[in-house]
Amino acid sequence: MSSHAPGTPARTYPPRPEAVYFYGTCLVDTFVPEAGMDAIALLEREGIRVIFPDNQTCCGQPAFTSGFPDEARQVVESQLGLFPGDYPIVVPSGSCGGMIRWHWEKVVGNDPALKARAAAIAARTFEFAEFLLHVVGFSRKDEGPATTVTLHTSCSARREMGTHLVGRELLARLGNVTLAHHDHESECCGFGGTFSLKHPDVSTAMVSDKVAALKATGASQLVTADCGCMLNITQRAAREDQDAGRSKPSLPGEHLATFLLRRTGGKQA
Amino acid sequence: MSTQAPNTTGQPIAFVSAQALRARMHDAVNDPHLRQSFRGAMDFLMAKRAAQFPDEGELDSLRSLSESIRQYSLSKLPDLLEQLEANLIRNGVHVHWAETPDEANAIMLGIARRHQAKLVVKGKSMVSEEIEFNHAMEAAGVGALESDMGEYIVQLAGEKPSHIIMPAIHQTKQQIAKLFAEHIPGVDYTDNVDALIQIGRRVLREKFEIADIGLSGVNFAVAETGTLCLVENEGNGRMCTTVPKVHIAITGIEKVVEKLEHVAPLFSILTRSATGQAVSTYFNMISGPRRGGDRDGPEEVHLVLLDNGRSQAYADEQLRKTLQCIRCGACMNHCPVYTRIGGHAYGTTYPGPIGKIVSPHMMGLEQTHLLPTASSLCGACGEVCPVKIPIPELLIRLRGEAQSAPHANPAMVGQGAGYDAKVSLLWKLWARLYARPATYRAFTWLATRFRFLTPKQQSGWTAARTPLKPAPRRLRDMVKDRR
Repeated sequence: MSSHAPGTPARTYPPRPEAVYFYGTCLVDTFVPEAGMDAIALLEREGIRVIFPDNQTCCGQPAFTSGFPDEARQVVESQLGLFPGDYPIVVPSGSCGGMIRWHWEKVVGNDPALKARAAAIAARTFEFAEFLLHVVGFSRKDEGPATTVTLHTSCSARREMGTHLVGRELLARLGNVTLAHHDHESECCGFGGTFSLKHPDVSTAMVSDKVAALKATGASQLVTADCGCMLNITQRAAREDQDAGRSKPSLPGEHLATFLLRRTGGKQA
Repeated sequence: MSTQAPNTTGQPIAFVSAQALRARMHDAVNDPHLRQSFRGAMDFLMAKRAAQFPDEGELDSLRSLSESIRQYSLSKLPDLLEQLEANLIRNGVHVHWAETPDEANAIMLGIARRHQAKLVVKGKSMVSEEIEFNHAMEAAGVGALESDMGEYIVQLAGEKPSHIIMPAIHQTKQQIAKLFAEHIPGVDYTDNVDALIQIGRRVLREKFEIADIGLSGVNFAVAETGTLCLVENEGNGRMCTTVPKVHIAITGIEKVVEKLEHVAPLFSILTRSATGQAVSTYFNMISGPRRGGDRDGPEEVHLVLLDNGRSQAYADEQLRKTLQCIRCGACMNHCPVYTRIGGHAYGTTYPGPIGKIVSPHMMGLEQTHLLPTASSLCGACGEVCPVKIPIPELLIRLRGEAQSAPHANPAMVGQGAGYDAKVSLLWKLWARLYARPATYRAFTWLATRFRFLTPKQQSGWTAARTPLKPAPRRLRDMVKDRR
């Protein structure tokens, strides 16, 4: 994962398109489908047609970061034909977005045709939150009661997609929502895909610190634009609740899309 | 420069078995004292560094400049090393080449023997740690005394450095007070930091006077002028390189730059990245032994250039980036893993992110194949690296080198050392599943419809979290049914 270089020119965003491709990611597809549905609802409410290519599976990141580039390549090659039109591709995850944007071209090997296709896809791939802010220009009336939330930005959103300020800006557009910043905000939550399975000791130490920092804000809930981090953090918090015999979740979490839709009167998935 | 593989069959420098690494990491994260002291120290260092770079644009241009200087130097490395050697010889410096730690130690022991040396006083040098110089000298009956305060403390404690810039960062002042009282004759327990520093300085001052040889590292070796640059804060580096009659400098072959003007930007970004200092207290430029009329300086100067696996990294275009490192330690200061386990848990001379990418070349992947996996790939290291080493990308590459089936002509010694037929098969199956949309759809359909069968024990995940459970319906089902 090459880090997003701060200081590189800000990305140029296209005008609002008639339609987008929605790349839901394997995690959202199977574990947090409501996040995907709510992201789609937010886009459709703005009059954007959402195309969901049915042959989408996974961006290949698990194999790629685990050191199995051939396996990653097979999966990536199966995904290259999903986006025949030149509409933008919207991904509700900084880490899958980062994979498509920076690594697909490398993963596909030396075939110039495949490389060109991967590069063309990368150029029109956007993380959902940045798309909503910079392309859609999200601005809806906050209809929810006053609340304080805390935000976790994934390392990929921060360092690969350069979108760490996007979440803040979207939340700032909700009149009744206060954002409480947490200690060591830019630090990783300890998920790291297979890292959390391979090194549970260190991963647990990291996520426990993250949970403690988020809870210390006193916020009523967590908002994040990455479901990997969200599951890691909220299920660690749930386990702490379980171990302490608490029945009410001490740190509930929502994908940013779900939160934004709920606050602005959209119909939930 | 040799292109042969490093000697990993000889005496191991440190042994990092997978089991031992896991056990050390486990112990470290469960040591609240260690956790607290590293967290505090790293927070302090991160804040100091951040204060040095208020302007993100300036930082990025300085990083780009430093990266290009290092890449340019490496692109000409064989020529620059020859040029460096020629100019050093012209300046009266003896130049030695060592392929392995054993060779480097033998060279330096030879020098010590020729001078009938009893004591070598050392400035801070990570390369001397890499070759376990102190042990080699002591085994041959020559004393080796660390004179950098942190290194001195670590030596008294019989430990290795836990950080490349702040070797004793894991020690509290109370622990240091106890060490001093136990090991230094006539010293009573005091945990007053100023008093401790004065005690240390007094002891070391006496040793500088009687030492036969001074040893130092090198931060930058300038090929065009034959100059060895040494960055330090305590003045002990200057003492080591000027007081004893003989000065031996040791460095890795990658530390050479072509021109003197290449040093200034690297020096500036080094001290700002490392300790958050605009400039270090001392910057020494050593161009040879004492000349007629000089009032001080050594009579004899040696430079030992060590390979120890660096030419293996050099031979591969991607892995070569490892050698851009200027050893500032910013990657460890910003690493969430290092912050939680400290330096010793790694079991290597160089800990932290840089240790994970450089140690496999020095020690082979047999011993180090698990190190690159101990990262969440968060990218903090790559983000702060002053010479833009793409550390996460290199970690991924090393994971691949370690886990792929052993093959002919590997890029690295120990390639395939982490190969596990079962794991490889699992990834093959994973690829079959995810590269065939119809199969994937069938699998996820089953996983959601039969979600009640999801195992409750999910390897490392459920060690600390509630189990993952597929949703009742997939996103694709919900998309089809919308409206």
